[in-house]
Amino acid sequence: MPTTAPSTRRSIGWMGLKRGHKARPLEWVAEKFIFLVSLSAIIVIFLIFLFVAREALPIFFGRMNSSLAGEVIPVEKMNTMSDKEVMAYLELTPQQFKQLDKEGLQALMEVKVETKKELSTDKDAGVNTTQWRYMLFPYQWTGYEKPEYIWQPISAIHKYNIIPLFIGSFKATVVSLLVAVPLALGAAIYVSQLANPRLKEWLKPSIELLAGIPSVVLGFFALIVMASFLQGAFRYESRLNAVVAGIALGLAVIPVVFSIAEDALTSVPRSYTQAALALGSSKWEAAWKIVVPAAIPGIFAAVVLGFGRAIGETMVVLMASGNASIMSASIVDSIRTITATIAAELAEAVFGGHHYRILFMLGAVLFVITFMSNFVGDLVIHRLKAKLEGKR
Amino acid sequence: MSAVATAPPPPSLPPPARPGTSFRKHQFRFGSFFFSGLTGLATFVILAMLAIIFGNILIMGWPGLSWGFITRGTEQDMFDVNKAGVLPMIVGTSARVILMTIFVIPVGVITAIYLTEYAHATSRFTRIIRGAVNNLAGVPSIVFGLFGLGFSISFVGGNLDAAFRSSNAEPLWGKPALLWASLTLAVMTLPVVIVATEEALKAIPLGLREGSLALGATKLQTIIQIVVPQALPGILTGGILAVSRAAGEVAPILFTGAAYYMATLPHSLTDQFMDLGYHVFILSTQSPNVERTRPILYATVLVLLLLTLALNIVAILIRARMRRKMRMLH
Repeated sequence: MPTTAPSTRRSIGWMGLKRGHKARPLEWVAEKFIFLVSLSAIIVIFLIFLFVAREALPIFFGRMNSSLAGEVIPVEKMNTMSDKEVMAYLELTPQQFKQLDKEGLQALMEVKVETKKELSTDKDAGVNTTQWRYMLFPYQWTGYEKPEYIWQPISAIHKYNIIPLFIGSFKATVVSLLVAVPLALGAAIYVSQLANPRLKEWLKPSIELLAGIPSVVLGFFALIVMASFLQGAFRYESRLNAVVAGIALGLAVIPVVFSIAEDALTSVPRSYTQAALALGSSKWEAAWKIVVPAAIPGIFAAVVLGFGRAIGETMVVLMASGNASIMSASIVDSIRTITATIAAELAEAVFGGHHYRILFMLGAVLFVITFMSNFVGDLVIHRLKAKLEGKR
Repeated sequence: MSAVATAPPPPSLPPPARPGTSFRKHQFRFGSFFFSGLTGLATFVILAMLAIIFGNILIMGWPGLSWGFITRGTEQDMFDVNKAGVLPMIVGTSARVILMTIFVIPVGVITAIYLTEYAHATSRFTRIIRGAVNNLAGVPSIVFGLFGLGFSISFVGGNLDAAFRSSNAEPLWGKPALLWASLTLAVMTLPVVIVATEEALKAIPLGLREGSLALGATKLQTIIQIVVPQALPGILTGGILAVSRAAGEVAPILFTGAAYYMATLPHSLTDQFMDLGYHVFILSTQSPNVERTRPILYATVLVLLLLTLALNIVAILIRARMRRKMRMLH
């Protein structure tokens, strides 16, 4: 009777761990240990988000104040203040505070009084520039004729408008995708569908070798060789701009898009192609009308993951984009991207200060953007593979 | 009778192919030519760009490369063409990469073993781990740098200092150091090792495991004595790929350990270090005279590129050999 047959399903135990060998404590300990170590990837992702966002929390909740007005404390009053109050007033870190003697502190107090006096004539001195309103919307600063988006963290009044940085990242990413996607997809179709097997064995690793070039080398190449060459050829004004950075960035994106698209195209069952060929279509018709449409989700995922790579790339844009936060629609103007801003400014930002926290905030936003694009890309690939394997 | 025999064939049938005409020639269409040409061109353009980059760096960098350049320190001016050397950078980069390998290989290999040997392939939990691994591979390198600063240096290092050192002493752990840079890179390269090891483990025929289990070995014994030794080439590939990826990365170590200049070589985990990739960045953006320092810049780039590419090619060769062997085993 079928009802008496033992279940053939294996017990998978707690959280997917197979049970068995219960009598052997070493086996049990090893299993649990292996399981715990395997959680590392999840823990790391969690920690990255936690600790990058943690440093940025005061910005998200609007608890930082970069206003320069504040009350002026006369130098004589220093003796009555506690160390902590002095530190907060002079914006010193505990380290810097320790290195200064009393006279040094007094000198700093005098400087502070002077700067505050000077600034009190400026209506912007009282503005807390770390509020979202000043970070996202244009504002008419003293001396400007109209409201503008300005990122100027080192100036007398710290201007933290992040829109120019997003525009910069967007421009570089769009140019890089315009360069990388057609080339990488063309190569993926050629290598997976049209090239003969022997050629394919050489082509695939060669293109993937591009991923082995460090991004600092791509940045160097863009800065030293490509920038001058392109400027000579097209005669635009600024030598380093979104196009130069975008093309170099494209070189970093090509291997990502190529590998994923090639993988998706290869995972389309051979029977699709064979059926098309048997019905009289040519090799390219089978590739273009059968295989490519079947792999469209994979190609979409390749582009999404390429986008994630492009927006997160640092060294290339730090070296080749000109690093000027200009708001303009032209792609031959210099740009300053989110990643390059973090890389260039974090070393100089006061530890724990508003500049430092805003850079971490940018990092957290970047993390969320790439997390989303990775998540979407991954999900699409997973679904596609499941579908193609189910149909086989 | 003869009238029927000589009747012309119905007009709807196409004329039969002439004997001797190949099928391919008959099928020639403009579209085919155009399509193959276009995709082939894309492939060619990518390879051409690769060749231009390599060729340019090789031709311009070769003359500057000498035994002295590789074995000299930076006691003298690092922008001086005749006296500059890259030994401290090679030592620094090697040190951080070797240290990283010690952290990442055990964790990566054990995770891969869990995913292939223990985990239920379709369970939701396994999918979450896989998702986390894939996601980790896509986190921007600068975010790893922020993580290293926010977690390793200011949280772990800061607390170590607070616990073990007097409050007036200079921070020992809570500052950029070789240790923190290596840890940050280990976190970054974890997915590389996991994916490569997993591929190697999956390629091992099930029969080997079943044979071992049938002879009475436990699961752990099977894994340690049968599965892992068989997968060693794959683990090696993963390690090499991780090293080559990490050797060229600059963004994660900008705030976690790389130094602009150090008078001595690093001699403890808490020292900062000079780095090849970071040095390329310094030479190309902060040189007082770009034209004069160009030879050492190109030579430094060539050293870095040779290092990472040699590792990459070795990994590709091992992988190709492994795949061929596995195909024969199956």
